[in-house]
This record gives sequence, C-alpha cells and structure tokens, in this order.
Amino acid sequence: MEGYSYTIWIVLLPFLVFLLTGLSSMYIRPRLAGLIGTGGILITLLLSLLTAAQYFSTAPPESGWPTLIPFDATWLKFNDTLAVHMGILLDPISVMMLVVISVVSSMVHIYSLGYMKGEAGFARYYAFLSLFSFSMYGLVLATNLFQIYFFWELVGVSSYLLIGFYYDRPSAVAAAKKAFIVTRFADFGFLVGILLLSWYSGTFDFVMLNNPDGAAIAGAASATFMGASVLTWALVLIFMGGAGKSAMFPLHIWLPDAMEGPTPVSALIHAATMVVAGVYLVARLFPVYHLSDGPALDIVAWTGAITALFAAVIALTQDDIKRVLAYSTMSQIGYMMLALGVSGYGAEEGLGYTASMFHLFTHAMFKALLFLGAGAVIHAVHSNVMGEMGGLRRYLPITHGAFLVACLAIAGIPPFAGFFSKDEILAAALHHNPAIYGIALLVAGMTALYMFRLYFRVFWGEDRQYHHTPHEAPAVMWAPLILLAVLSAVCGFIPFGQYVTADRLPAGSHLDITIALTASGISVAGILAAMALYRKPSDRPAQIAESLSGLYRLAHRKFYIDEIYLAVTKNVLFKGIAWPAAWFDRHVVDGSMNGIAWVTTRVARAIKGIQSGQVQQYALSFVMGAVALAALFIYWLKR
Amino acid sequence: MIPGVSLIEILAVSTLMFFIGVYGFVTRKNLITILMSLELILNGAAINFVAFNKYLYPGEPAGQFFTLFLIAVAAAEVALAIAIVINLYRRIKTVDVDNVDTLKY
Repeated sequence: MEGYSYTIWIVLLPFLVFLLTGLSSMYIRPRLAGLIGTGGILITLLLSLLTAAQYFSTAPPESGWPTLIPFDATWLKFNDTLAVHMGILLDPISVMMLVVISVVSSMVHIYSLGYMKGEAGFARYYAFLSLFSFSMYGLVLATNLFQIYFFWELVGVSSYLLIGFYYDRPSAVAAAKKAFIVTRFADFGFLVGILLLSWYSGTFDFVMLNNPDGAAIAGAASATFMGASVLTWALVLIFMGGAGKSAMFPLHIWLPDAMEGPTPVSALIHAATMVVAGVYLVARLFPVYHLSDGPALDIVAWTGAITALFAAVIALTQDDIKRVLAYSTMSQIGYMMLALGVSGYGAEEGLGYTASMFHLFTHAMFKALLFLGAGAVIHAVHSNVMGEMGGLRRYLPITHGAFLVACLAIAGIPPFAGFFSKDEILAAALHHNPAIYGIALLVAGMTALYMFRLYFRVFWGEDRQYHHTPHEAPAVMWAPLILLAVLSAVCGFIPFGQYVTADRLPAGSHLDITIALTASGISVAGILAAMALYRKPSDRPAQIAESLSGLYRLAHRKFYIDEIYLAVTKNVLFKGIAWPAAWFDRHVVDGSMNGIAWVTTRVARAIKGIQSGQVQQYALSFVMGAVALAALFIYWLKR
Repeated sequence: MIPGVSLIEILAVSTLMFFIGVYGFVTRKNLITILMSLELILNGAAINFVAFNKYLYPGEPAGQFFTLFLIAVAAAEVALAIAIVINLYRRIKTVDVDNVDTLKY
C-alpha cells in the first residue's frame, strides 16, 4: 500500500487542468492553454511510468501479482450494507492501461499543438482532452463496478464533446449525437447488468467479485432466469455495455461516424483508449466470466470474431482514409474480444487473456501512430479521400516511414509489435476453437491487404493535382510519430506473459512457430496482393470490384446496417412507441393538467364578484353566518 | 344586584343594544355613524360582562376587570378609527362607505 499515494494525482491532475483551462479558456491565450494541458499530461505520464516501474520491479509473491488499493474513500453511503466507494486499484492490467493511456494521451497532446494550431476553440479542445484523460484514468483505476460505470459515462461525454468539436458542421453534430445515443443505449444494458450482479452478489467491489474462492458470486450463479443463471444474464448485459463502447457488431455504427472529430481525437479516443474500455471491462471481470460456466464467454468470443471479419470486409472497400482506420480499429478490437472469449483461467489455458491484453497494448501504439500519420497526411493535402492522394512518400518522408512501420506492425510482420500479440491470439484461438482460429487467420490476411491498400494508394502511385506542394508537418507533429514508431517496432519484445496473466502467476511466453509462419505467410500474401493491385495505378482493382459487384456494393455501403437501424427506429420505435407516447403525453397528461387549470379559471371568474370591496356586505354575511352557527349549536344543545 | 330587576331584563337590554348596533353597522353609509354603531355593539357586550358578574358570581371582580379593559380598548380603537376616517376624507373627500371599495378582486 505504502509508496503509491502519489497515484491519486494521476487522476486528479488532469481534472484540475480541465477546470483551469475550461474556466479560463475565454481569458487566456490559446497557446498557454495548450501548454498547460500538455504539461499536466506529461506529469501524469511520468507518474504512470513511475507507478509501472515500482509495481513491476518488485518481485511478485507466491500467489502472483498483488492487487493494491492505495486509496479508497466512501463516496455515497446509502445504508450500512450499501455504499459506493471511489478509489484506486493497482493490478497488472490497470497499471498497463495507465501506461497506454498516458503515453498515447501525451503524444496526442503534443501532436495537437501543431495539428490544431490556429483553430477556433483551441483552449476548449485542450480542456476537453484533459476531461477525457481524467475520466479514462478514473475508469481504469476503478475499484468497483459503480465507479467504473461513473467514469464510463464520463468518457462517453468527453467523446461526445470531442466528436462534436466542430459544432458548426451538421455532420459532426449528428455524429456526436449518434455516438452518445448508441453507447448510452448499450450502457443501459450495462447498468441493468451491474444491478443484477450486485444484487445477487451483494457487492460492487472488484476484489470481492473476482475472488475465485469467494462466495460473492455463488448466489448469482445458483439463481436462474429463462434457462440461464442470473450470473450469466448479468455478465451478458455487462458485455452489452462493453460492446457498445468498443463498437462491437451490431452496436458499432457510431464509430465510423465518430471520425468527424479532429484526427488526434480519433487517435486518442476512438482508436487507442476509450474504445478498448469494453475489452478492459471484460478483462477486469474475467474471473467472474470464467467462473460463470455459461455461454457468456462464448458470446464474447463470437461477437469478437464476427466483428473482426465484418469490419475487415468493410475496410477493404472504403475510400476515406479515416474510415478505413476506423473499421480496422473495430476489427482489431474484435480480435481482442475474441482472444478473451477463448481464454481459460490457468497458466497455459490463460493464454488468450494475456494475448488480448498484449494486443490491446501493441494496438494502442500502432493504431495511434496510424491515426496521427493519417492526420499528418490530411494536414498536408487537406482531404480525407484517398482518391485525392498519391505519391506522397516524396513529400512526407518522415510520415511515410512512421506509417510504414505502423502498417507492418498491424499486419503482423516480424519483428514488429503486432506480430507477437497476434501470434498469441491465434495460438489461443487454435487451442480453443478451430472455427474461430480460421476466422482470425482470414482476418489477419485481410488486415494486411486493406492496410497496404491504404499505404500504397496514399504514398505510392501518381501525384495528384495538389493545391500547393504538400509539405512535412512541423516538429511537434512528427516527433510523436517517431516516438510511437519506435514503440510500435520494439514493444512486441516485452515478455507480457511475465506480467499479465488471468491468474496473476507469471507464465512464460513462447512463440508457436507453425502459427507464426502461417500468420506471417498470410500477411505477406496480403501485402503482395495489395502491392500488385495498388502500387502502380491500374484498373485491376476496379475490374475485381466489377466482378464482385453485389458483394462489393454490399461492403462498400457497410452492409446497409445504418439503413437497417434507421428503418427500425423510424418504423418501429418512432411509429410504435415514440409517437403514441408523445400523443399520450400531449393529450392525456397535458390534457388533464390543462383541464384542471381551465376549470379553476372558470370557477374563479364566476365567483370573484363576491369579493366586492363593500365592507358592509362582508359584515352582513359574517353576522348571518354567526347567527346561523348559533342557531345550529342551540338546536344541537336542545337535543 | 339591582332590586326589582332580574338578570333576564338586563340581558334583554344588552341584546337589544347589540342588534341595534349590528343593524346600524350594516345599513348606515356614513363611516362616523358606523363607528358609533360599533360602540353600541361593544357596550352591549360590556353590559353582559357586568351583569353576569353581579348576578352569578357577586364576590369576584373578573367581569368588572374585563369591562374596564373593554372600555380602554374601545377608546384606543376609536382614536385609531377616527384617524383613518380623517385620512380617508382628506384623500377622497368623502366618508361614504360605499365609495371605499378599492380592495376587491
């Protein structure tokens, strides 16, 4: 416990920076707000790295890596048995998330100093970024389900604010609303799941819930509802919240639209940190998921696998550089979910858990790099559309190099980071379920194909008619690119199995050579295909699209999921529920209120003449009343 | 205790005074006469106090004290009421109660 008291500042500092820059954004110079925000996040970066060094440098005890709670306060006390706590919980995954968030957030803060320079609302942008960092730190450090829910909603709000940053653009406003409503809808399931789980187990606390020998979840496991245990229902509902935040099929529709926000925001929130909160949530409750012995984990695995494949198919057909990256993010998060779903608890069985967390870590690095690189490209050519780019490797050498590293990392080419994490995921999937392994292998090939399609179309091919010669971004923008490229290249060598395992006991990490060869072979095939099709301009891609016209159009229009949602909301929700509810509200609820008011007015108008102002009339009626009462009393007394 | 006069006769007089007062209070239009009617009502009540004290509890002074208080309060009340009437007259040049009806709906 002792020695970690400074971790409270990791959470509090961004909040203070948010208050400072948010309240003074009208009065201080934008540049100063940016520097305050960046300074604050850099301090939390130092503190996070210090925490990680301190945590992982002490050797774990026999029972595995410990769970530390350096700070815990009662926040809301309802009665003796029900109280909501706010605290800080340190264990391998929360410390790992601290490092991920602080590294990516710092890079994005620095990068934004260049990317957002001169934008209206620069100070507001930094205030929102600080709010987001605060919420995300609070989320990963949560000690209990209620705290995680609280910060879960806070990251949702900051995501909403940042997607809608350009609030004068109708598309950005629509995207922000869509993101908020879809994730909020999923969070409804999350809340019901929390209530179910805590009602039956009697606690919100992660330490109590996750104790494999504890009695906390036995009650929930024994009660059944509609053929499954209440515990399974609760976990599936909680996963619904996670699926909403992590853009799992079919709750993914908000993520591609969220690209309306500024590109660094996409890198931070919609690629590296917030969207993996769903994965983190399942990992946080993993012992419960594992012990539930029901279909909960299979649902996680299949949702992940379907999303991974589905998003990869769409990513192959998109033309907007940020949308390709958005679908790629969905696909990779699907990978992480899939790995969690196929994982077991013990040393060898728990490979999926380690692999998922490892992939989360490496993905955060190279996906943030991809988005920031895409931002540099957009900054140079002032367009998102790949059709207006080409031959940029000559103009943007640094961005090109960093982007290539990220593409190799995500495609899983050794020795870049993605290779190691993807290999572990594939190994875990093969042990558990060959069908999922097949899907994962296919997705690995498609990942390489769509990423290098993007790479060749942007950086190779012919020059376009640019408004002005594209030029390399300023140093504040390319420095984070280089740092992230270095991390993407080397962080695969971290022996993750030593640190992060399902049962907390260090396990050796080893390469399965057959899987490694198969996966990299498929990736190389994908890259070669992309090279053949897109390196030099040709009409072959168009011919292939033509020959697959139906499927191509289906994928290009994102399988019409948005249209299906619209049809359902318009025809079922609006016509079936919203309009009748509105009619009832307007005519029955409002009508009865208005009726009461109308009757009151009418009666008042009819009887107001009695108050005439004539004192003698009042006196007369008073006397008459007194006489009448006297007569009444006398009559009663006589009886 | 007045020889040859019973309690009922005294009460009859006081009741008569009271209702003459009430009648005057309701029918007269001049504020001064309304005040005079009010005095009749008060004095009718005062006679009741004295009469009951004298005839029912001759040894005790409570009824007489009430009457003394009543006279004092009536004097103060008249002084106040006259002041209001004078001010009203200065403002609207009339003491007719029918014209004093601004406090209505």
